[in-house]
Amino acid sequence: MNILSEIGESLQRGEDDRVGALVRQALEQRCEPHRILNEGLIAGMDVVGEQFRLREIFLPDVLLAARAMYTGLDLLRPLLARDGVPTAGRVVLGSVHGDLHDIGKNLVSIMLKGAGFDVMDLGNDVPAERFVDAAREHGASVIGLSALLTTTMPVMKEVVELVRARGLAGRVRVIVGGAPVSEAWAREIGADAHGYDAANAVERVRALVAARG
Amino acid sequence: MRERVRWTAADSVPERAEVLSLQGMPPGAGVPPRIAALHDAALAAYLEAAEPRAIVGEISREEFAEVYRGAGRNAAATPLEAVFPRADRLALFTATVGRGLTERIRDLFERNEPALAAMLDSVASAAADRLATLLGPRYLAMAGDAGANGARVLAYSPGYCGWHVSGQRALFAFLEPGEIGVTLNPSCLMEPLKSVSGVLVAGPAGIHRFAPAFPFCAECREKPCRERIAALSGS
Ligand code: B1M
Repeated sequence: MNILSEIGESLQRGEDDRVGALVRQALEQRCEPHRILNEGLIAGMDVVGEQFRLREIFLPDVLLAARAMYTGLDLLRPLLARDGVPTAGRVVLGSVHGDLHDIGKNLVSIMLKGAGFDVMDLGNDVPAERFVDAAREHGASVIGLSALLTTTMPVMKEVVELVRARGLAGRVRVIVGGAPVSEAWAREIGADAHGYDAANAVERVRALVAARG
Repeated sequence: MRERVRWTAADSVPERAEVLSLQGMPPGAGVPPRIAALHDAALAAYLEAAEPRAIVGEISREEFAEVYRGAGRNAAATPLEAVFPRADRLALFTATVGRGLTERIRDLFERNEPALAAMLDSVASAAADRLATLLGPRYLAMAGDAGANGARVLAYSPGYCGWHVSGQRALFAFLEPGEIGVTLNPSCLMEPLKSVSGVLVAGPAGIHRFAPAFPFCAECREKPCRERIAALSGS
């Protein structure tokens, strides 16, 4: 088996130390960092995402794999930056103002990073302007909003309106998610997408980035 | 009657199946050793950081009718409005597993331990839910009623079954649970995060039975009422 497939398979088993060792070995063998990322780590994480979608594995397995992914990514990050390798896209993410829950948002962040996105996590209790300012400042193409309670959902509408008011519609897309958030709510407030779970959020963000071209 | 309740962390430990169901694992699914080990590690972290406590304050039916009305945002018809007027007694409650857990979970995420962080989150969530259940018999004992007359206590919470989540404001104004360290933010979110609130309704089992056929039942993902109602006839 080639070393990149080995990285992917170790990652699927959540073997973080082994993934670290294999990434180091691949670098020693002069394998290019972007290939280790795409054909090793991301390819492995894609399999994990698909198994999760099919309910063949469950959240704990996905997160053990994510930890292994981070171990590899930490080694590659400086090299990818040096080589100017583009990411799958940049996403600004956070739980909206008034909302302190972050477990769901964290899971979305983990899955997006696993799919090769550059995620700027603004944390929780984030005011509408901060999302839009951060997206503009860092050239993000997607803003991801998470909410736990119906009382905090209206902030999502504020963000969508602010994106339009600042003339960013079309360039910056908004995806919403969280327990009480639905596809219908996303449509009602004019958001570009709704993600019902973390794996689905990745699919939707990929589609948003692709549509933007 | 108003009482402060403290439990040991061990008293509040939830069933493993409940924790794993919050992790999306279906009941009866085999638990591989690595997931069992993760659960054990999360449990150990929970036992170190949890500080479960609650406050329970009795309220008359008339006073509760006012609290329940809240800001007038409840669904047009709700099960609780038919349940509470038939209750023997009512008490508002707030319960929490404490602030330390939220910090511990965040810290684990930051230290790149997402699997343990998420498992601890589920343990803490299930434990917070369990506190509301533990309060039932405790309330009967506080009220000097061992349930000998067939009285049962069930907890109902704002945010469930048509009781709008903003109802927490009126609940907090009446109960003032600040002394156990629980506060409410302007969005009606309790801090610490792993907290629950509601009303304990004591009365004959029959008053708690209702058909889950309200308009909002269609959107409810878990339908926990079904299990609760089924358990009433079982016990
Ligand atoms: C950017 O794009 C995206 C895309 C996808 C995105 C996304 C962003 N963000 C999230 N996603 C999605 O992907 C994530 C991963 O798959 C998911 O994220 P989640 O955050 O949803 O999922 C987490 C990983 C796991 N899920 C959870 O942690 C929430 C599960 C449910 C059952 C739940 C739990 C466990 C809890 N709760 Co409660 N709780 C419920 C929930 C019902 C449900 N079925 O979701 C919900 C959220 N709770 C509710 C309520 C009312 C409450 N809860 C309360 C308490 C609790 C517990 C403490 C017992 C526990 C902890 C919650 C926590 N997060 O810390 C209270 C509030 C707590 C507080 N601090 O104020 C209380 C107010 C009840 C009370 N009065 O005590 C309801 C909100 C309803 C509303 N009207 O707003 C609720 C929907 C239950 C219901 N009624 O059906 C997806 O939503």
